[in-house]
Amino acid sequence: MIKYILIFLVLIGMAWLFFPLVVEFFTPDITNNLAANYVFGSAADLNMPNAVTAVVVTYRGLDTLGEVTVLFLATAGVGFFLKRKKHMEGIRRPGSEILKTGSEILAPLIIIFGIYIFTHGHLTPGGGFPGGVVMASAFLLLLMANENFGFSHGIINLTETISGIGYVLIGITGLVLLGLNHFLDPRWLGLGQWGRLFSAGAVPLIYSFIGLKVGAEMSGLLDSLQSDGGEQ
Amino acid sequence: MIILITGLLLIIIGFWAMLTRKNLIRIIIGFAVMDTGINIVLVAIGYVKGKTAPIIDKAVTMAQGAEAGIQAVDKVVDPVPSALVLTAIVIGLAVTALMLAYAIRMYKTGNSLDIDDFEEQKW
Repeated sequence: MIKYILIFLVLIGMAWLFFPLVVEFFTPDITNNLAANYVFGSAADLNMPNAVTAVVVTYRGLDTLGEVTVLFLATAGVGFFLKRKKHMEGIRRPGSEILKTGSEILAPLIIIFGIYIFTHGHLTPGGGFPGGVVMASAFLLLLMANENFGFSHGIINLTETISGIGYVLIGITGLVLLGLNHFLDPRWLGLGQWGRLFSAGAVPLIYSFIGLKVGAEMSGLLDSLQSDGGEQ
Repeated sequence: MIILITGLLLIIIGFWAMLTRKNLIRIIIGFAVMDTGINIVLVAIGYVKGKTAPIIDKAVTMAQGAEAGIQAVDKVVDPVPSALVLTAIVIGLAVTALMLAYAIRMYKTGNSLDIDDFEEQKW
């Protein structure tokens, strides 16, 4: 009984903490200076319509490196807790006819849609993170439909490890070279024409790499969950 | 304002679920609800009255390049919270998967999903 009272008190305390946030909150009529700068810089400096991508890839690129590292650590943790077995025990039911036929038609389309999302990240909503997850959903469909579907673990692990370490090293290099030169500035590639696929410097390239990495990590995560999730 | 309160309520509901539920899977669902609440609060803070998404297209301006930047500044919302939430959703998914992996591991060692059966991990 005392436990429920304590929990109730904790929740009341949380609500009390949030209360000033609600009372002092107002929706502003104009964007603040920082946001205005980002929106202007996205169009003027980078020739890129999507200001969100400008923030993710360029202005806050180092933060994104950190977030990718968190993602990498979470996936590595899943791989650590769930050991991948070499042989499936064959206890899984095969997928139904509808699922199998549907997955054959849909999976390639979903993968292409994912690639479209992350290559057009600088023009339309989306980018590497949603694109990678959409790609992983195609692999989930294939995993559910075929009971013997497996990835080449070696390749996925290698991709994950190399890109993970590479991202961290690039981030550290960026920290060391901070202020010295234009490291991590995507303008070393041509800015191109407004609104075209090949524009905005190296941003589509960077976002494609992020998309591939997120896709590989999520697929590896699904694979470890399903190969260890069955009964023993 | 309503969106902000909804997000804060979701945070409190998720926290309540994490504190009171006994089943590990339900605790993880509580965490996911809390995660969604935090994302909603972030998006609500970034909103500017009557403005549209920070992507310059026909709805904002037809201009190109630097000129588009000047015209778009007072027509779009703050892009920073959107960028934060974009990555936070995917990371929330990965963290939820990590917690589920931990739950599977606990089920295999302790043969139970009830949090009360893991007394030896209490302090």
